[in-house]
Amino acid sequence: MKLDPALRDQILSAVPSLRAFAISLSGNVDRADDLVQETMLRALANIHSFQPGTNMNAWLFTILRNLFRSEYRKRKREVEDTDGRFAEQLKSHPEQLGRIEFEEFRNALAHLPDEQREALILVGASGFSYEEAASICGCAVGTIKSRVNRARNRLARLLSVDSVDEFGPDTATRAVLAGNDR
Amino acid sequence: MTEKKPDKPHVMPMQTVTSAEKTRSGLSREIQAKIGQQLRAMYDGIVQEGVPDRFAQLLSKLDRPSDDEGKAE
Repeated sequence: MKLDPALRDQILSAVPSLRAFAISLSGNVDRADDLVQETMLRALANIHSFQPGTNMNAWLFTILRNLFRSEYRKRKREVEDTDGRFAEQLKSHPEQLGRIEFEEFRNALAHLPDEQREALILVGASGFSYEEAASICGCAVGTIKSRVNRARNRLARLLSVDSVDEFGPDTATRAVLAGNDR
Repeated sequence: MTEKKPDKPHVMPMQTVTSAEKTRSGLSREIQAKIGQQLRAMYDGIVQEGVPDRFAQLLSKLDRPSDDEGKAE
């Protein structure tokens, strides 16, 4: 296939943020990279349905998000096993965060329900508007707003608990406890 | 190694925050800001890794009419 060079560049320049989205969603670098690859293949196969002039990033994020929700979600349980490895897999561990703090955050994020996690990432990290995030997730704007709020509340609870008592039960137990409190 | 960050910010402010306040929209600004900051730090750290070779290679391979490698259909 001969790809319009402009489109090719747009796809390529979307890859770093697609990876960040995929890794944040799945919590696993290898799986996330497979997800990004599959997203690129789907995008190229369906490039005719992309409307030039519209937001290529949003289009690609939509494909990736749907792939994740349909195929990768089934394997969600594995996420918990890979928590410890996650930070090691990342080449560039965020310098602003201490290692322990980073792992706590990652762990807390992994315990959010999928729909809350994706909403929070899209709005809070990927820089999409509520409207764009709603379109990517195929839901109403109000739904996205409430998911983002619930995600923040839940993360706040998970992380507060951890910092108040560092010797308590493991975070998974705490997540369950916190999850029941609503 | 369990290196402890001395400057680990207090997620929980020192004033008393009831759990009711916390779970409603009354999330303290401090906590909200902290969460946003951690999320972006994690995300941006990955973005800064750039484009791994495999993706650049994949794209140029698919972009070129090749002999036996099928098109993405």
